[in-house]
Amino acid sequence: MTEPKNRSMIQRRLIPTYIFLTIFSIISIFPFLWMISAATNNYIDISKGRLLPGKYAVENFKNLVAQQPLARAMTNSFVYAIAVTVICLLICSLAGYGFEIYHDKWKDKLFSILLLAMMVPQVATMIPLFQMFSTAKLLNTAVGFFLPMISTPFMIMMFRQNARAFPIDIIEAARIDGLNELQIFYRMFFPTMRSTYAAAAVITFMNAWNAYLWPKVIMTDGKSLNMVMLIANTIGGYKIDYGMIMMGVLFCSIPTMVVFFVLQKQFAEGITGAVK
Amino acid sequence: MESKKKGMSLLAKQRAAGWAFLTPATLMIVVMSFYPMVRAFLLSLQTGRGTNYTFTGISNYARMFEDRVFLRSVTNTFFYLAIQVPIMLILAILLAQLLNNRDLKFKGLFRTCVFLPCATSLVSYAIIFRFLFAQDGLINNALVALGIFSEGYNFLGNAGTAKMVIIIALIWRWTGYNMVFYLAGLQNIEYSVYEAAKIDGANGWRTFWSITVPLLKPTIIMTFIMSINGTLQLFDESVNLTNGGPANATITMSHYIYNTCFLRAPNFGYGSAMAFFVFIIVAILAFINLKVGDTRD
Repeated sequence: MTEPKNRSMIQRRLIPTYIFLTIFSIISIFPFLWMISAATNNYIDISKGRLLPGKYAVENFKNLVAQQPLARAMTNSFVYAIAVTVICLLICSLAGYGFEIYHDKWKDKLFSILLLAMMVPQVATMIPLFQMFSTAKLLNTAVGFFLPMISTPFMIMMFRQNARAFPIDIIEAARIDGLNELQIFYRMFFPTMRSTYAAAAVITFMNAWNAYLWPKVIMTDGKSLNMVMLIANTIGGYKIDYGMIMMGVLFCSIPTMVVFFVLQKQFAEGITGAVK
Repeated sequence: MESKKKGMSLLAKQRAAGWAFLTPATLMIVVMSFYPMVRAFLLSLQTGRGTNYTFTGISNYARMFEDRVFLRSVTNTFFYLAIQVPIMLILAILLAQLLNNRDLKFKGLFRTCVFLPCATSLVSYAIIFRFLFAQDGLINNALVALGIFSEGYNFLGNAGTAKMVIIIALIWRWTGYNMVFYLAGLQNIEYSVYEAAKIDGANGWRTFWSITVPLLKPTIIMTFIMSINGTLQLFDESVNLTNGGPANATITMSHYIYNTCFLRAPNFGYGSAMAFFVFIIVAILAFINLKVGDTRD
């Protein structure tokens, strides 16, 4: 009898929380809504402050395609981001697994040395890397794009933390069954760590898709540009066409949002394991 | 004897497998991070153009401290750091604490909304904020309509307000990101600890300071280091939101280093010296952070 009353009291006490969270949520999503509305309106309506979706989506899209190599940049971005994600997950999960499951004094020392790379700023490595890559003829290539991005201390650490929860018994049992070490990794570890992989994939894909400084340095020929560079180019023009630019920003944002929404649950689980 | 030998070789095999697993990632970090850092340091001691570089000792470092634009970029970056990081982290912990309530409804919806800004690229949100705060942008339209301003204010054309816009944009973009780490950290804390505190009569504020903050300490240190690191390397926002302007008033260190190296007459030596300076600051701050984190234990 007292339970429902109690519950409504708890909810009443939470009213300030609801208000705060609602305001914060509105602030968080408002720029997105504005982006969508601006992508479908023309310049005059946007600068008048129109918030409702308009009828100019097709025209904005046509202007964008006429001025910028949209299809090429989208393709490049997908190729770069998928390459980085696949290779990064593979070598960083192997390393995280290796550091945790086979850990000894030397591996632990090596790991803390690798962590120092977290402090290395991108602006410091980009100059020597640019020189190295132009000598190696890797400018304007996907390989040049992904090489510096496929191994990060953060990813190794994330897989290492999550590997801690992987039961040693499974490994012992698998060894008795005659599986070799690599088989144990991809038959046992890989399937049980799906949420870690999902979280790692979300983070890596977003970082790679959104990379700007590095591609700006090495993609010099105007054909190898990614989506982020493309939209940055649209604001450099003489005449600023809000609608057209926002259409580009929308295209640039859709893939990362889809990835995020599809893998959101696994992402949260994977991060929870990493923070343990 | 025979079986012992076999056991040894199995163990050796396992050890070899362990090393083999971590070799590719280790090699990539050595070649793509550590080796370039050594080269950057050597380059910072040289001056020249194109392929002709000669060692000139610390002249690049000396030049750095007389370069007004560089010094401006340092103060700007630290200004962003000092204001944005504390506000953002406190907001993020607060949000995580509010969302970690079992009685709260629509939790998933709120969490998604708060995290959504992280799904945009830095360049995208920089452009969105540039337009929202433009002189004929939505914010100005709203302020004029409300009668607060009589005409559009040039937020991005004035040094003070342009910096504020960058800080607001940064807080918008990164609060949800940090919140996810705190929420994950909180979910690893037994909920019963909170219930016990409630029974003992601790209010929300006390619970926050005496349970949440201490238990989240490792996560707080991690997010603090990540935020410092990220803020010291700000680039996309400076380029696309304000283009460093007006008159270099908002330029960041990375932006200026990029301009020095890849715009007009490239000067890799000088650029490397400034980049090395950034590295040293990041290292010092991270070190202090870890030390502070240790002694409070």
